[in-house]
Amino acid sequence: MYEHDVIVVGAGGAGLRAAIAAHEEGADVAIVSKLHPVRSHTGAAEGGINAALREADSWEDHAYDTMKGSDYLADAPAAETLCKDSPKETIKLEHWGMAFSRDDDGRVSQRPFGGLSFPRTTYAGAETGHQLLHTMYEQLVKRGIKVYDEWHVTRLAVSDEERPEDRTCHGIVAYDVQTGKIEGFRARNGVILATGGLGQVYDHTTNAVANTGDGVAMAYRAGVPMEDMEFIQFHPTTLPSTGVLITEGVRGEGGILYNENGERFMFEYGYANNLGELASRDVVSRAELTEVNEGRGIEDEYVHLDMRHLGEERIIDRLENIIHLSEDFEGVNPLDAPMPVKPGQHYAMGGVETDENGETCITGLYAAGECACASVHGGNRLGGNALPELIVFGKRAGHHAAGKDMETAKITTGKVGDYEEAELESPVQLGEVGIGEDVVADGGAAADAGASASGADLVQRAVEDERETIDALLEKEDGIQHAEIRERVQKSMTRNVNVFREEEALKDALRDIREARELYQDVYVGDKSRTFNTDLLQTLETRNILDIAEGITLGALARNEFRGAHWRKEYQERRDEEWLKHTLLSWNDGEPELWYKPVILEGENKTYEPKVRSY
Amino acid sequence: MSTQVPEQVEDESSAESVSPGKQKRDQKKRERAQRIQEQREAEAAEKARSEDDTYHLKVFRYDPEVPEKQEPRFDDFYVPYKQGMTVLDALMWARDHYDSSLTFRHSCRQAICGSDALFVNGSQRLGCKTQLSDLAEPVRIEPLPHADVVKDLVVDMEHFYDQMEAVEPYFQTNSLPDGELDEQRQTRENREKVKMSTRCIWCSACMSSCNIAAGDNEYLGPAAINKAYRFAMDEREGEDMKQRRLEILEQEHGVWRCQTQFSCTEVCPKDIPLTEHIQELKREAIKNNLKFW
Repeated sequence: MYEHDVIVVGAGGAGLRAAIAAHEEGADVAIVSKLHPVRSHTGAAEGGINAALREADSWEDHAYDTMKGSDYLADAPAAETLCKDSPKETIKLEHWGMAFSRDDDGRVSQRPFGGLSFPRTTYAGAETGHQLLHTMYEQLVKRGIKVYDEWHVTRLAVSDEERPEDRTCHGIVAYDVQTGKIEGFRARNGVILATGGLGQVYDHTTNAVANTGDGVAMAYRAGVPMEDMEFIQFHPTTLPSTGVLITEGVRGEGGILYNENGERFMFEYGYANNLGELASRDVVSRAELTEVNEGRGIEDEYVHLDMRHLGEERIIDRLENIIHLSEDFEGVNPLDAPMPVKPGQHYAMGGVETDENGETCITGLYAAGECACASVHGGNRLGGNALPELIVFGKRAGHHAAGKDMETAKITTGKVGDYEEAELESPVQLGEVGIGEDVVADGGAAADAGASASGADLVQRAVEDERETIDALLEKEDGIQHAEIRERVQKSMTRNVNVFREEEALKDALRDIREARELYQDVYVGDKSRTFNTDLLQTLETRNILDIAEGITLGALARNEFRGAHWRKEYQERRDEEWLKHTLLSWNDGEPELWYKPVILEGENKTYEPKVRSY
Repeated sequence: MSTQVPEQVEDESSAESVSPGKQKRDQKKRERAQRIQEQREAEAAEKARSEDDTYHLKVFRYDPEVPEKQEPRFDDFYVPYKQGMTVLDALMWARDHYDSSLTFRHSCRQAICGSDALFVNGSQRLGCKTQLSDLAEPVRIEPLPHADVVKDLVVDMEHFYDQMEAVEPYFQTNSLPDGELDEQRQTRENREKVKMSTRCIWCSACMSSCNIAAGDNEYLGPAAINKAYRFAMDEREGEDMKQRRLEILEQEHGVWRCQTQFSCTEVCPKDIPLTEHIQELKREAIKNNLKFW
């Protein structure tokens, strides 16, 4: 068994920042990640980092934009923390040498982005995430922080008290991809989840193949609720054939969207009369799909994004990466022709329920970055707000887990205070298949090691459970392969739980997910080798995809209103009197429970009164 | 059958210790599994043949643990072609439809994570960025040369990472502004100067292509030298630090080993002018030495 003060799961922007922060506080910290850090998907972020750096700008304006962008479902203490801390965290990156684009006076460059009242998106060409990831990994190397790379974390070692709020996380169990070894990692102080996105739940996504929502699913099965899962951001400009992202920076610099008739539809059809292409992402995605649905799409599938009028010099200076992406992945040179684009799954606003210090309701368990839900983004994330989230909340979680005194959080976690139980309507049974039976493919319920068990005992017990699970998967000689199950879920989610959502389709998705869960009972791993077994790895990930797909769909079915990225055919309005609240889904040992908690709109100096969100 | 998937593995050591009854059951199970597998492959192959257009891949296979794969071999896969299909897409298709044990690293699918550098038709390329339509058939896909193979197309990256980390690959300066909100200024020209060098995605295609690195295991290699260039040329680090970086690069296994064959520059998927960067550092080193002469 390995042992450290703090264990960080995942090595993207949030994980690296968390590890550096824990190290700053003197903790013995290690990162466990299924990818080498520089392979993390933070590297694919293009646009930039929102930070109120200039005199004419203020964190208050940034917070206002963020709350409005969230459609009043972000919690003000989290959003304000993001906006207050972002400037110094962004400059910290500069001090670490990050190669930001520069203005003539040598200061870091900023540009306009969707939904922002000030051009505060600080960028490094159209490869800001790549620069951020590598800069932060350099700092990790400098500090000599231990990384267990290509170790896939499969479950959390959490004590088994009845109420999740009474449980403690003592470590993790991980599988060494290179050798097939399964080992425990004891965390003396805390475990920080920083596992990133969950886009592989869909079949058209900007996310990496590795983005299977592992942290969210693991925490969920250990007792931490998933929050606001129905809020999935569909980015309006992804390449149709692969889902590769074309940054909002193209529109920020002046790129224009056209339909098949060459009309600038954002204005001509009144989707966003003021901001046009720079309206919030949910608004633009719906506009594009409406154009396609009404017959004005190109090849009935996509619209055009044109940036040729910006001129070659400006494009190469600020958006060079986009030329390569469009050429390599769509075969279109954007200096000569408009790029075909359509909406694609991009970001999960929801995730592991945390407070503004990154802590969950389970003692010793933290989460930061895309996998977490504080909530900073509420119903819709603004472009340029993901990267600051990584560095601001990664740092806070790292400090907190390492034992630094933090200001008491204003956001509550777990079932405390003012929460409300919900009715759960579902056409099929939910949660664990064969609940109560001995389930072979169980992915990590709380380890039962007796009330007096020490942390190390708990971790050891979790390791033994995991070995049993993995041995069983490898011994099974026939059955169904994960790729088939995964594909079914991805197709159903894209068909039924996409930009536009209707009740019947959502129910169809729940049926499909149930069927997939049942099929998963018969899953087997064709590759029997212990060496670099990606077949096994993906089989374990697929289990996570199932839990997450169910969470997204259930949230979408429960929330009968239209807010932010969540559009419902039957409910075309935002219903503040009923829905200024978060949806939470608890695993409840295999029988999911839905409940709500109120959103916090009271900020430090003001209350963010919900207004009509027009752009 | 269009693929040569290994026969089910007979594990002799464990067979000795189990009862004949269990052996028989296991044998039956294996046969059944094999039948299902064969059926699945036949269906997939049939589907592939019925498409107008298929691509023929020859893929390197090796697994030290599986008897049939201990001796490296090539498997043939026939993959139905779709417009825009890349080498990575084809490998994923083959894995998901023919042989789930086919192993390769990949993640972002957009040439930024640097996981899937492969040796395709005799040259180092990123699988995700290489269009099948640009390649002659059969498409021969091998792991990167000059690295130890872990399994199939996966190579051991440790040596590459060690070299990257040997050049103090992090920003160092003595002239940070005092305020936590005060940035260091950098001219647009200087940022432009280091820009290409910062694009490295650590795929190790360059290292794999380099004859010198193949013959001298201690040679830092093009990627690590480029990483040092990125900092040495950054005006924010200052002159003292530049001296220090040049000293690291001038060591026996540093810049002077490069024989300007340009193979690294040719294979770099991010178009980084690696050889030029190495040459520039050589010139800087000479200038530097003359100063003290």
